[in-house]
Amino acid sequence: MLVEARDVAKKYPGKWALDGVTFSADQGKVLGVLGENGAGKSTLFRIISGITRPTRGTVAIAGMPVSLETRKIVAYLPDINPFYEWMRVMEQMEFLASFYPEWDMNKTSELLAFLDVSPNDRIGELSRGQQAKLKMVYAFSWPSRLVLMDEPLGGIDPPTRKKVISTLFHEFRYGEQGIFICTHLVSEVEEFIEDVLYMKKGKIVLSDQADLLREKKGKSLTGIFEEIAEGRMRDEG
Amino acid sequence: MTLIIDPNRPIYLQIMEEIKKRAVRGHYPPGSQLPSVREMAQEMGVNPNTIARVYTELEREGFVFTRRGQGSYITDNARRIEREREILTEAAVKRFVEEISALDLQNSHRQELIEMITKNLTHKENKS
Repeated sequence: MLVEARDVAKKYPGKWALDGVTFSADQGKVLGVLGENGAGKSTLFRIISGITRPTRGTVAIAGMPVSLETRKIVAYLPDINPFYEWMRVMEQMEFLASFYPEWDMNKTSELLAFLDVSPNDRIGELSRGQQAKLKMVYAFSWPSRLVLMDEPLGGIDPPTRKKVISTLFHEFRYGEQGIFICTHLVSEVEEFIEDVLYMKKGKIVLSDQADLLREKKGKSLTGIFEEIAEGRMRDEG
Repeated sequence: MTLIIDPNRPIYLQIMEEIKKRAVRGHYPPGSQLPSVREMAQEMGVNPNTIARVYTELEREGFVFTRRGQGSYITDNARRIEREREILTEAAVKRFVEEISALDLQNSHRQELIEMITKNLTHKENKS
């Protein structure tokens, strides 16, 4: 088991952002975490990454409770720009490489070239699309066991999106790496997601294999997302 | 030719059908090696884990066999492939009939319909 979350809850002043989430994910799976704004997806990712502590509940990654140890095997790509604005692209990558013994600098250069990001550009001057690409370079320059992608396609134009998705398809370490991806642009990653967790108001409302859900409902993941958002779904989960 | 995937149907089933069609067309001859899971995933634009599942399912159906450490191969049983052609044809005819039924054709139109099919098939054959 790669990830095991038990009764995970997080309270922010006046509000439960997560309200008792339990799930597990096998080694090497691609899990889509889908839900509207405020469903608790980002909070869940922050807890799995070790940046935020849950108010209640536990998360284990590869059998270890979330800690500095698990941070060494998890690549977390937040919604916002996680890099130092004053650094140049290559400086930032070298800085990150110093934390991960298995970081492959050749891979970094290869990915930067493929994604058309200049190593000498200052991070603060990169467009949102370029920053999104840089997150992919970080994700796939080293062999993490788990990649957490929070809205990897948010706010970027369709051609850039295409490039980011194609990187995802090419670089995903099949059999060795798990990916959790949360996005509103479900249709862009339909073919990539294997298992799906639908969240609403801090809870999991439906979880299953993507193809099984398609079979049961005769609908795409996007269609099911809309159904859940509109509250037309009952007695399932 | 890239496969256009319908997100409303299970993806692994669509890939299985595509591989069977390719074998029936002779694109993958009997006994030939299939692309690796990774290659096939990139070709089809789907998750490699989905392809791994497809290969397992096809093996269970006896359409594909695996040589340990060497990969997956299309069955060398030509009759098995021929049977798949029949199955696929029957499914296509069913879909066609389903669609044509919505037009409420009378018995008198039947001959016309058959002629139309024959004409279209000949046209297609001449083109390819």
